[in-house]
Amino acid sequence: MNYGDLFRVTLPETMLEVAALLVLVVDLGFLRKAKQQTRAALAVLLGVLGCTAALVTMPLQAQGGLTYPGSGDVLLAAGGSAAVAQAGVLVLTVLALFLLIDSTFTRHAGEFVAVTLMSAAGGMLIAAAQDLLVIFVGLELLSLGLYIVTAFAKQSGRSAEAAMKYYLFGGMSAAFLLFGFSYLYGITGSTNLHRVMLGLYMPQAAHAAPLVYIALVMIAAGLGFKVAAVPFHLWAPDAYEGAPAPGAAFIASVSKVASFALLISIGTAAWHVFDGMHGRVEVVAQFSLNPPPVYLGFRNAWSELLMVLAAVSMVLGNLAALAQTNVRRLLAYSAIAHAGYMLLGLAFFSYSPRSAQAILYYVLTYGLTTVGAFGVVAVVENRTGSANMDAFLGLSKRSPMLAAVLLVLFLSLAGIPPLVGFWAKFNLFAAVLGVYPAGWGLGLVVVAVAMSAVSLYYYLQVLKRAYVMPAVDESRMQTHPVTLLMLMLVAAGVVALGCFPALLQGWMQSFYAGL
Amino acid sequence: MLAWTIYLSFAGALLEALLPKSKPALARVVALAVALAGLVLAVMGFAAGAGSGYTRVVITDAAWIPTMGIRYTLAADGISLVLVLLTGLAAVAGILFSWNVELRTNEFFAFYLALIGGVYGVFLSADLFLLFVFYEIAIVPKYFLIAIWGSTRREYGAMKLALYSFVGSAMVLIGLLAAYALSGSHSTGLVELAHAGLPVHDQMWLFPLVFVGFGILAGMWPFHTWAPTGHVAAPTAASMLLAGVVMKLGAYGCLRVAMGLFPHGMDPWGFTFLGIGSWRDVFAVLAVIGIVYGALVALVQSDFKFVIGYSSVSHMGFVLLGLMTLNQIGMDGAVLQMFSHGVIAGLLFAIVGRIVYDRTHTRELAELEKMHLGKRMPFAAWAFVIAGVASMGLPGFSGFVAELQVLVGSWYADPWWTAATGVGIVIGVAYTWRALQKAFFSDRLPTADEHPKTGWPKFDAITWPEVAGVGMLLAASLFVGLYPRILLNAIEPAVKAMLAGGMQ
Repeated sequence: MNYGDLFRVTLPETMLEVAALLVLVVDLGFLRKAKQQTRAALAVLLGVLGCTAALVTMPLQAQGGLTYPGSGDVLLAAGGSAAVAQAGVLVLTVLALFLLIDSTFTRHAGEFVAVTLMSAAGGMLIAAAQDLLVIFVGLELLSLGLYIVTAFAKQSGRSAEAAMKYYLFGGMSAAFLLFGFSYLYGITGSTNLHRVMLGLYMPQAAHAAPLVYIALVMIAAGLGFKVAAVPFHLWAPDAYEGAPAPGAAFIASVSKVASFALLISIGTAAWHVFDGMHGRVEVVAQFSLNPPPVYLGFRNAWSELLMVLAAVSMVLGNLAALAQTNVRRLLAYSAIAHAGYMLLGLAFFSYSPRSAQAILYYVLTYGLTTVGAFGVVAVVENRTGSANMDAFLGLSKRSPMLAAVLLVLFLSLAGIPPLVGFWAKFNLFAAVLGVYPAGWGLGLVVVAVAMSAVSLYYYLQVLKRAYVMPAVDESRMQTHPVTLLMLMLVAAGVVALGCFPALLQGWMQSFYAGL
Repeated sequence: MLAWTIYLSFAGALLEALLPKSKPALARVVALAVALAGLVLAVMGFAAGAGSGYTRVVITDAAWIPTMGIRYTLAADGISLVLVLLTGLAAVAGILFSWNVELRTNEFFAFYLALIGGVYGVFLSADLFLLFVFYEIAIVPKYFLIAIWGSTRREYGAMKLALYSFVGSAMVLIGLLAAYALSGSHSTGLVELAHAGLPVHDQMWLFPLVFVGFGILAGMWPFHTWAPTGHVAAPTAASMLLAGVVMKLGAYGCLRVAMGLFPHGMDPWGFTFLGIGSWRDVFAVLAVIGIVYGALVALVQSDFKFVIGYSSVSHMGFVLLGLMTLNQIGMDGAVLQMFSHGVIAGLLFAIVGRIVYDRTHTRELAELEKMHLGKRMPFAAWAFVIAGVASMGLPGFSGFVAELQVLVGSWYADPWWTAATGVGIVIGVAYTWRALQKAFFSDRLPTADEHPKTGWPKFDAITWPEVAGVGMLLAASLFVGLYPRILLNAIEPAVKAMLAGGMQ
C-alpha cells in the first residue's frame, strides 16, 4: 500500500486532525489573553471549519476505499453506508460544538474542541473500517476522546465520577471486544471482516463452534457497551448526567452514529461474505463437508444475540425512563430504548441495503433530535442550575421559542407524526417486517410499537412542565442567539424531514449509487 | 378544494401561535374566521359531491415517499363528505362556545385548530399511512387543550386520554405495518391494500387488532373509560370536539380501515361459543353492552357533565352496532348517527359546560337542584330540553332517523341485539329526564339557610356567541331529522360501494 492512497482515503480524518491541532495552536498560542467568550467562539469556529473541510473532501476519497495491495482485502470502505455515516458524524459534531458557545463549564474551550475533533475522527474511522484491527484502533480513538470530554467539567464532582465510571466500563468492554476479536482471528486466520465471516462457515470453525459463540458474546458485550444496550448500559445515565452538555450531546449522537455504522458493517459483511475480497478465494469444495448440525455460522447466532439485546433494551430502557426525574437521565434511558429499536433492525438485517439505510436513517435523525434536546437542556440548566424536570416549569412563558423547540424534539423522540422520529420508526419497523413478517420479527415489532406507546408518557411529563403546570419563576430566560438559532434550525429540520422523508432518503441513496 | 380545509386549519394554528398574547379578541376573530372558512369549504364540497353522485373523488394525489409507495392522496366519498361537514359545524360551534377563554387565548386556538386540521385530514385521507399520520396529529393538541384549560382532574384526564389514544394508535400502527408487509403490496393506498388479497388467516387477527385500536377512540366498551373522565376534564370546546368529532375518528377508522381492508376478519370462525361465532358478533355484543352500560351509568351520576359523558358512550354504541350489522340500512344508520351524535353531544356539552357551569361554577346535580335554573336561566333550560329530546331520539330530530335505521339493520342481523338495545333506549330517556329535572326543573324548595338573604344573584346574560352556537347546532339536528335524505343521498352510495367491496 502506498501512502498516497492512504492519504486520499483518510483525507477527511486528516482534515479533522489538522483542524484539531490548529485549534490548539491558535487557542494556546495567540488567545491566552483574550476574553473567555472570544476564545470559545473562535475555537468553535475553527472546529466547524475543520468539519466542513472534512465534508468537502469526502467526495475526493478514492473509489473502492483502501485495500491491501497483495490480497485486495478492503481495509477502509468508501461510499455507501460508510460515507453516509461519516457525513452524519461530521454534521452532528458541528451541532454538538455549537453548544459550546453558550457554556461556562470550562476555560479551555480550545482543548475541548480539539479532543472532540480527534474523537470524531475515530468515529469516522470505525464507520468505514472493514478490518478487526482498524475497528479496534478506531474505537479506542473514539472512546478515549469521549472519556476526556465527559470529565471536562473540572469543577463538577459528578463529571469526574461519570468519567470514571464510563472509563472503567469502557476499558472493560474494550478488553472483551479484543478478546472476542482474538478468538475470531484464531479461528479464521484473518482480521479482514469479510474473510472472518467466510471463515466462520468453514469446517474448522464448525469444529470450534463453542469458541465462536464465546467470541460472539464477547463482541456483543463490547459493542453493546458502545451503543448502550441493556445489560451493558449502566454507564449511560451517569455519563449523560455528569458530562458537560456539549460532551453529552456528542456522546449521545456522534458516538451512536459511528457505533451503529460499525454494526451495519458487520451485518453487511455477514450477508455479503464474498463481496469484500477481490483476491483469491479458496472455498471451492470445502462446503461439501457437512458441518455439525447445531452450527449455523455467524448469522443466526449473531441475530439471536441482537434480538435478545434489542428486546431487553427496548423494555428496560422505556420502563426505567418512566421513573426518572432528571431530564438528562431520562434522555439516557430513552437513548437505551432507541438503541433497542435499532438493534432490532440489525437483528433482522436484509441482503439489500434496505435495512442498512433504515437503521442509518434512524440513527442520523435520532442523533439530530438528541443533540437539539441536549441543547435545550443545556440552556435550561445554565439558567436554573438544574436539569431536573421541575427546572422546566413554565418554560413556555419564560422562553416560548425554546419551549416550542422542546415540544417538537420530544414529540419526535416519542414518534408522533409528522415529525421525523415517526417516519424513522415506521421505516425501520417496515424494514424488519420486510425481512421476516411473522414469528419473532412480528413479535418484536409489536413489543417495539407497544414500548413506544409507553415512551409518550415520560416525554409528556417534561412537556407538561413546560406547557401545563404553573411556573414558579416567570422571569424571561435568555438564550444565546447562536444557540437559539441552531436549536430552531434543528427543530425545523426535524419537522421538514418528517414531512418530506424522501429528502434524506434520496440523499442517502445517492451514496449507494456508485456501488 | 376540500383539501384546503386541512391546510387552512394548520395555517390558522400556526398564525394563532404567532399572534401576540395580549390580544385575545384578535385570536378569537381569527379562529372563527378560519373555522368558518373551513365550514364554507365543507358545505361547498358537499354540494359539489351531489354533482358526481357522491362517488369517490380523488382530490389530490402526489408521490410522497416513493421508495415505499406511499402517496399523498386525498379523496372523498359520501361518508367523508358527511363527516367533513360535521367537522366544519363542530369547529365553528366550538369556537363560539369558547368565546370567553381568557387564559393564553392564542395558544388555545392554536391547539384547537391543529386538532381540527388533523380531523379533516383523517376524513379525507385515501392512503393508510397518511390517515395514520393525521390521526396521530390529533392526539397531542387534545392533551394540551385538556391539561391546560380543563377543569376537574384535568391532568389525569388529559394523560389518560393521551395514553389511551396512543395505545390505540399503536395497535393501528402494528396493523398498518403488518398489512403492508404481509400483503407484499408496494403501496399503502386504501384501495390498493384492499385489493392486495391479504390471506384470510392474517385478516382474522388484523381485523380485531385494528378494530379495537380505532374502537378505543370510538368509546367502545370496555375501552371507553377515557371518555367520561376526558370529557369532564376538558374545557367546553374540547369536550365538544372530543364527543363531536374525535370519537368519530375512531368509528370512521373502524369502518374505513378495519372493515374496509380486512373484511374477511368478520367471517365466521367455524365454531360458536355462547352464540358468538365471529369477530363481528363479538364487537356487536360489545356495542350493545356499551349502549346499555353507558345508559345505566349515566343514570346514577351526580355530576351533570358525567351524565353527558356516559351518554356519549351509549350513543357511540349505536354507531358500532350499526357498522356490525353489515347491511345497507344499518350502516347508513351508523354513519348518520356519527353526524347526529356529533351535533347533539356537542350541543349538550356546550349547554352543560359553557352556559351552565361557567355561570354556576358547579356541575353537581344536587347543587344545581337548589338554584332554580329553570326560572333563572330559561334559555339554558329550554335549549337543554330540546337538545335532550333530540338526544333521546324523538322523531323530528336527527337522532331518531339514525338510531331507527341502526335498529332495523340490527334486527336483520340478529333480533336479540335489537331487543337488548331497546332497553338501552328506554334508560336513555330516563337519564336525560332525570338530569333535566334535577338541573333545571326541580321543585325542591331551598331551605332557609340556602336561600340567599339578598335574593338570588343575577347570572351573566347569555351572549350572542352562545345563542348563535345553540341555534346552529339545533338547526342542523332538526334539519337532518326532518329531511334526512340530504345526508342519506351521500351516505348510501358510499356504503353500498363498501359493501360491494367484500363486506357481507
